[in-house]
Formats: sequence, C-alpha cells, structure tokens
Amino acid sequence: MIVIKAQDLTFTYSGSKKPAIENLNLEVKEGEFIVITGPSGCGKTTFARCLNALIPSFYRGEMKGFILVLGMDISKSTTSQLSKYVGFVFQNPENQLFSLSVERDVAFGPENLGLPREEVRRRVEWAMKVTGITHLRHAAPYELSGGQQQRVAIASILAMKPKIIVLDEPTSFLDPLSAHQIIETVSNLRSEMEITIILIEHRLDLASRYADRVIIMDRGRIILEGPPSKVYGEDAEAIGVGIPKISLLFNLLKREGYDLGCTPVTLEEATQAIRRRIMDDRS
Amino acid sequence: MIEVKGLYFSYDGNEVLHNINITIHDGEFIAIMGENGAGKTTLIKHFNGLLKPSKGEVLIDGVSTREATVASLSRKVGLVFQNPDHQLFSETVFQEVAFSMRNYGYPEETIRRRVNFILETLDLRSYAETSPFMLSGGERKRVALASILVSDPKHIVLDEPTIGQDHQQKEKLKNFIVQMNTQGRTVIIVTHDVEFVVECRPKVILLSKGSILAEGSYDEILSDEDLVRRASLVPPQIGLLMSSLRDLGFNPATLDVYQAKSAIEKRLLSNVSKTL
Ligand SMILES: Nc1ncnc2c1ncn2[C@@H]1O[C@H](COP(=O)(O)OP(=O)(O)OP(=O)(O)O)[C@@H](O)[C@H]1O
Ligand SMILES: Nc1ncnc2c1ncn2[C@@H]1O[C@H](COP(=O)(O)OP(=O)(O)OP(=O)(O)O)[C@@H](O)[C@H]1O
Ligand SMILES: [Mg+2]
Ligand SMILES: [Mg+2]
Repeated sequence: MIVIKAQDLTFTYSGSKKPAIENLNLEVKEGEFIVITGPSGCGKTTFARCLNALIPSFYRGEMKGFILVLGMDISKSTTSQLSKYVGFVFQNPENQLFSLSVERDVAFGPENLGLPREEVRRRVEWAMKVTGITHLRHAAPYELSGGQQQRVAIASILAMKPKIIVLDEPTSFLDPLSAHQIIETVSNLRSEMEITIILIEHRLDLASRYADRVIIMDRGRIILEGPPSKVYGEDAEAIGVGIPKISLLFNLLKREGYDLGCTPVTLEEATQAIRRRIMDDRS
Repeated sequence: MIEVKGLYFSYDGNEVLHNINITIHDGEFIAIMGENGAGKTTLIKHFNGLLKPSKGEVLIDGVSTREATVASLSRKVGLVFQNPDHQLFSETVFQEVAFSMRNYGYPEETIRRRVNFILETLDLRSYAETSPFMLSGGERKRVALASILVSDPKHIVLDEPTIGQDHQQKEKLKNFIVQMNTQGRTVIIVTHDVEFVVECRPKVILLSKGSILAEGSYDEILSDEDLVRRASLVPPQIGLLMSSLRDLGFNPATLDVYQAKSAIEKRLLSNVSKTL
C-alpha cells in the first residue's frame, strides 16, 4: 500500500523568489524506512512540513502539484486531522514542548486520541522508558538539557504510535550512544507494527543499517535515491554528501585500484570484506 | 587563560557540577564531550559569567567572573548557544550579525567588511537581507555562529557547532575555526560529533554526571572504547573498524579515514609481494 504519494510537488514560500522544493515525485510504501539527506537548505524540512499539512495551512506560499498522505490531499486537510496518523518530531525540540512536566507532555498526544486511561498510562511509561527519561518525569521542559528535551519530543510522538513517523534531525542534540538506541527503538517499532518512517538526517552512519531507501535532495529536488549500499557509491560523494566513513573508505580504496566488491553500510560488512580480501590474497 | 577552580554548581539545590578543575591556556583547542545532561552547557555558561559558581571560582584572564559583568566578559569570550533560537532576534541576517560590533562602537565601514566576510565564510551571503526566522535549521545555526565569530573574540566557545550542518558546511566551519585557533584564539567546542572531533584534533575533556572523567588527546580518548562508552559516546567508525581488525595487525588508534586507507593498502601490497 502506498502511504505517501507526491507528484510534481513544488512549493515557494511567500516572499521568496525560488521554490524551496521543486517537482518532487515520490512514493512511499507502508512500512518503509526512508532516510532523506542533502545539503543544509535543500528543502528537507519543507518537504516534511507537507506531510502534516503545516504546508500549506500554516506556512504561506504557492503550492503546485499535489501530495497525498494516507490518501488525504494535504491541501484539503488540516494539521490536526493529520496529527492522528502522522507523528512529527521537529528539528528544534523546544518548539514541541509546552506542558509543565515531561510526563504531561508525553501524555498529551495519547490523551487527545481519546484512548482509555490505562492505555495512556502504559504508553507514557513505555515511551519514557525507551527514550531514557523516566527519571525526569516531573521536570519542566525548560529545566532540561538540549538532549533531554529532544528525548521528550521523541517520546511524545512514540506514545501516539502513529501510522507515519516523521523525524527531522531527531538526533542532533543526542549523545551518540543514545542516538543509536533511539533509532534502533524506532526501527523495532516498524517491524512490530508496520509504521512508516521518514527520517531526515545528516548523520548517515546512524540510520543506514535500518534504511530501505536513502533519498538525496539538492536545491529542492531529489537527485539520487536507492538502497544505501547503492547510493553511497561515488555519486553521492561527488555531490558532497557526508556518506558514512566506512563507505567512504571503500570508495577511496576502489579509486586506488582495490575494489573490495561492495560499498559497506555496516561495520560487520566492512570488517568481513577486508578480512576476506586479505585472506584471499594470502592463499 | 580560563581557569576553573573547585567549581560546584546547583540549579535550585540540585547539584549538577561537582568540583570541576580545568586550566585552558590561550590558543588551546578543546572539545568537551559527554552524555546528555552531563553538565557541558552548564559548565561553559560559566565562561562568560551567565552562570556564577555556587562554590569555587572561574577566572577569565585572571579576573573572577564574580567581579566582572557579562557585558565585559562577552567581549573576551564569545559564546554561541546550543539552540540558535535563544540568540536570534533581529529583522535581517545582516543586522543580526552586525549587532555585537555596533554595540562595541566599531566604525560602520569596518562592520560592513567584517560582516560580509563572515557571511561569505559561512555561506550566508545570499541571505543578508532575509529574516533569520525564515531560514532552515542549519542556516539559523550558522547565523548564530556568525554573529559571535564576527567580532573575533579572544576565547571562542561553541555549544554544538555542527548541529544541522551538512558535510561541506562542517568542512568550512572546521577550516575557519582551525584558522582562528592557529592565529592564537582559544577554541572550546561542546560536541557529540565524534567525526568532527577526529577532523579538528583537539584536546578532549570528557565530562560525565557533572564530573571530569578523563582528559587527553583526541585519539587517546576516542580510541578507548570502554572510557568512551562510559560517557555515552561511540568511537568513530574507522576506529571501530580498525579495532575489529586488530588481530590482522591494524591499529585501533587509527581514527582517520585516509590513514586507514593507507594502512589497508600497505597490507594488501605486502600480501601480494609475499605471494610473488
Ligand atoms: N518559513 C520560511 N519562509 C521562507 N523561506 C524559508 C522558510 N523556511 C525555510 N525557508 C527557505 O527554504 C529553503 C529550504 O529550507 P528547509 O528548511 O526546507 O531546508 P533543510 O533542507 O531542512 O535545511 P537544514 O538541513 O539546514 O535544516 C531554504 O533556502 C530556506 O532558507
Ligand atoms: N535551567 C535549569 N534548571 C534546572 N535544571 C537544569 C537547568 N538546565 C539544565 N538543568 C539540569 O542540569 C543538568 C546538566 O544540564 P546541561 O544542560 O548542562 O547538560 P549538557 O551536558 O549540556 O547536556 P546535552 O548534551 O543534553 O545538551 C541536567 O540534568 C539538566 O536536567
Ligand atoms: Mg531542516
Ligand atoms: Mg547542552
């Protein structure tokens, strides 16, 4: 089933001359894990804003083409209608927190869905646990460190268990170990319940092992897409995308005439390929 | 010189920094790393007097932050916040970046030259007349960086400077701060970005649960897997790769991708010559 379908989608913020996204065509299947990356200012957040109808209802501008999210035309839908199905973690976590305590913030979404109290409580406890904020439950958002705020923003979306989760650089404030754990949690959620994940990231080493597809944008357009191992070949490097260092290593070796037969995405793949080559050469 | 002596700090009775002692000499390049909530932001807010010690003291070029105003300290210590939205307020990017220098009373011509230079360096030139609030996340962070770097402070303190930046922007930022550092500025970054640290090669201070866990050169610290994990970090990918190939003679302290490339090449070459 196709859950997102964008066709020739173009959006120009009012007051700007050039479109922030231009002729975007994309289909996303239910349960896919998609990573979107590309230079700062290329239109990633703008595209994400279309997925919950912040564009065009909140941000003014001119839209061409169309985008359907779970069959709903966003130009005829409201953000509050979509928010039941599309969970959105903003680039800046602070913009998302408004309650007086962490616990209240996380409970807000599930309560709004009209879930039974017991279920709300279960979800809140679970979401706080997987994001490591249970000990902060009574703290106010402004008393938290940057990374703690980001965890609360993620927890409040996870607790809603939406059909589609859109995460806009959700790990930018997180320490690396927590970033790994949280991306893994999100990925597990997908295997359990067919959630579709759209992850916007500059840090490609984190999410690549879980991604079905990587989409690279540049100046408002999609310029490269496919499975990570395909995309991290030399083309992405040429565009200036910060591909994972192990992928880069293999590209560099290939250029020197040592083709190890793949562009690794995980550490295990890279280790095995190098080991195999050294052993093969010996025999 | 920045001296932190027996610093304790509490928010409403909740102690988050416990007996911190650090000396940072002029011209040093330091990265402060550690888990979320470790106290990094709290620590650096002491460097320009935004926070005052609950106990102990912080001296900037010999003057205690208790005896100086934030205004006088911020001429010496330029601090860029973790969250750019805490910093931006002007109507255009140019005005935002020019603000501090106007405040210090520089001639308009000097200001114009400096601002244009810094906007060029951080790839913001085309946004000079745009509102900072109409920019993307990464662009806003660069405006926040520009508005501090523009006045060329003696001590530069950057909280998570690489947030929202792509590979090329990081490269430019690195070149710029390394250059300021070689010209004698003290550079202190707080960061979770281990790959950026590998490229900048600073001295690393690991902060964990409000105390200093370790101090040392970046490669010494980042190749110590146990230590790094205690501060909720993950070693750089290349370090992990080299470490898992240790039995084949690779060095786990190799963290740089080009060094790793040479090491593997050398290994493959020697293999070939053995079989010949
Ligand atoms: N509210 C707005 N009004 C006008 N222009 C905007 C607005 N938000 C973003 N833009 C512009 O639209 C373009 C795309 O911005 P967008 O935020 O989608 O980029 P991005 O890919 O998410 O970048 P980053 O990685 O820095 O977050 C940029 O040139 C930006 O300056
Ligand atoms: N204004 C505040 N009031 C009360 N407590 C605070 C306040 N700011 C931070 N804290 C607490 O102090 C501790 C240290 O926070 P700090 O912001 O210094 O951490 P950090 O190391 O910068 O973390 P991060 O990597 O997440 O930014 C945390 O436990 C945090 O919850
Ligand atoms: Mg963005
Ligand atoms: Mg912080």
